[in-house]
Amino acid sequence: MNPTTENIIEVTNVKKYFKDVKAVDGVDLEIKTGEYVALLGPNGAGKTTLVEMIEGIQKPDSGEIRINGKKWRGNRDALHKIIGISFQETRFMDKITVNETLKMFASFYDLDLDRVQLILKLINLEEKQKSYVVNLSGGQRQKLALGIALLNKPPLLLLDEPTTGLDPTARREMWDILFRLKKENNTTMILTTHYMEEAETLCDRIVIMDQGKILAKGTLDELLSENKSGEVIEFGLEGNGHTPDFSRLKGMQSVHYNEENAKGKLIVDDIAIQLPHFIDTINEQNFKLKSLECRKMTLDDLFIKMTGRRLSD
Amino acid sequence: MVKSTLLQLISIQFKEFLREPGIIFWALLFPILMAWVLGIAFTKKGEVVRQVALIENIDSTNINLRDFLSDPQIKVLKSGEHQQTFTSVIENTKLGNTTYKFLITSWDAAELMLKRGKIAVILVEHEENVEFHFDPSNPESQSVYLQLSAVFNDASFIYETSTIRPLTKAGTRYIDFLVPGLIALGIMNSCMWGISYALIDMRSKKLLRRMVATPMKKSTFLIAQFSTRVVMSFVESALLFTFAFYIFKVDLQGSFIALLAVFVAGNIAFSGLAILVSSRTAHSRVGNGLINAVVMPMMILSGIFFSYHNFPDWSVDVIQKLPLTMLADSVRSIFNEGAGLSDVLFEAGMLSAIGILFYSVGLWIYKWY
Ligand SMILES: Nc1ncnc2c1ncn2[C@@H]1O[C@H](COP(=O)(O)OP(=O)(O)O)[C@@H](O)[C@H]1O
Ligand SMILES: [Mg+2]
Repeated sequence: MNPTTENIIEVTNVKKYFKDVKAVDGVDLEIKTGEYVALLGPNGAGKTTLVEMIEGIQKPDSGEIRINGKKWRGNRDALHKIIGISFQETRFMDKITVNETLKMFASFYDLDLDRVQLILKLINLEEKQKSYVVNLSGGQRQKLALGIALLNKPPLLLLDEPTTGLDPTARREMWDILFRLKKENNTTMILTTHYMEEAETLCDRIVIMDQGKILAKGTLDELLSENKSGEVIEFGLEGNGHTPDFSRLKGMQSVHYNEENAKGKLIVDDIAIQLPHFIDTINEQNFKLKSLECRKMTLDDLFIKMTGRRLSD
Repeated sequence: MVKSTLLQLISIQFKEFLREPGIIFWALLFPILMAWVLGIAFTKKGEVVRQVALIENIDSTNINLRDFLSDPQIKVLKSGEHQQTFTSVIENTKLGNTTYKFLITSWDAAELMLKRGKIAVILVEHEENVEFHFDPSNPESQSVYLQLSAVFNDASFIYETSTIRPLTKAGTRYIDFLVPGLIALGIMNSCMWGISYALIDMRSKKLLRRMVATPMKKSTFLIAQFSTRVVMSFVESALLFTFAFYIFKVDLQGSFIALLAVFVAGNIAFSGLAILVSSRTAHSRVGNGLINAVVMPMMILSGIFFSYHNFPDWSVDVIQKLPLTMLADSVRSIFNEGAGLSDVLFEAGMLSAIGILFYSVGLWIYKWY
């Protein structure tokens, strides 16, 4: 099998350190053509650094990155033509209109005005096309950034936190645009986010990153089942300053308890078996149950299980 | 088809520029205003008023002074308990009229006024003569002394001005010195602020890296910056010149081709410098400081508003090698001395070479991402 025809992106053992920070610490990643992949991780995980290395903006300290089998070195022009980029934060010129901004970028790709109109329609900014960028809302600016990324009909899209800070409606709108692209153009996309919902809804595959390393990757189902697909018991107690002792319970995957708010979370193999034992344990130790919720595991639970921290911290 | 990348970039830069009303004022109107104010202040010698303290001596036998002060033309302005003021106008068609205010007062009060710069000279009347007290290194005091002593010795002398030939011919007035300097200054400011500041701002917005993460050629981008500046400083200079031509009759005595060559060379020099200054920083405030650090010394030293020949000799050699000095001096020689292309070829070549050197170094260390 020739991997270059299969994988549009191949990242092999890439490292990037800043002084004492290991921003990206030995990452391997393959992306197939037509795949939507989410890079999920908290702030500082190294998502931007990794994506910018793929974008050819930062150079890896070591390791190799190939896009369509090509390295950045010596192929910049060719690669720029097939990639659409949206940085984590780009501010366009304040007193230039949406239309003018798009036209300027269109000229970089030798595109015609029809393409600009098409993009305006696609990102749903037609009635804002004569507004200065400075007067746009956060969501409209993000859509403009996306529109610029899409100008050259890129087969590969690299979006760094395209929906961070947007309200749910605006986020939903972005998702709809990206869904259409996938269906109509077979676009490949890497998107970084720290919203697990975004990763779950939008992407075929999820890559979980923390502290420069990839902790897990796969489809949502794979991720959850690979990790013995636990189930979750969340509970609140009438606080008495002590931590309940769950050490004698069986089938526990992970245990978290916060003494301050007297709330806890158990990841167990099977709720049907573990729940009665859990309630017995609580009662035996003279705790009083205030709230109880049982559910399937989510990405957030998985992340906490792997790192001991929440995604959104 | 969208316009070519170069035209598109140039048109965007113009739009950005023209939509910022503040920029239009500072770039286009301010130099004209400055030429106007300074031109009027230094060109038309209006009525000059000089104040002099007089310490009287009633027994004085100095006829001329008594005559002068008892001249019917002299007006008593105001008399208070401690102080009387006389005003006398010495008329002079060529030097302009000078109004003298004589403040009759005590020595102590006079000394205080001298220290505060309110008066230029203290006159002390003695029985036989008049004593002048003043700081000899103050040119204003000197001229008061010369004029008044002439009057007191022989009043007719001051009216004898047939030997004075005021220079009002174009090319020798202050405004003729000033306007070419302002044109040079305009080119420097236009490039340094227009290019450096714009690029640093784009870098700080992360827009620069977004633009170079496309097939756009960096050279096209920089050529667009340069072209915009050439057009902008051309418009600025043309407006300033038109104004100076109609209001002050400032004339271009030398070759227009030479002026054009020096003008383009100046733009090359300062565009190159601007690229170098903007090559690293991503902070607008740091950029501001850097640009000022480059622009301010040249503005002061390069003989824009006053001649650098008053600086110490050793420094003049250095000053003459500053790009702004070279530019201002060549523009001035074309305007006022009728210089032609061959006279300014060396300067134009040097300016272009400096620009290309700065540009290359700047590009070499440039931070696009
Ligand atoms: N240019 C840089 N200089 C120093 N440290 C950096 C630089 N860029 C990123 N880092 C550090 O590398 C780590 C990863 O950053 P980043 O890739 O931006 O994370 P993310 O995008 O996941 O929030 C962070 O600790 C960040 O502080
Ligand atoms: Mg980031």
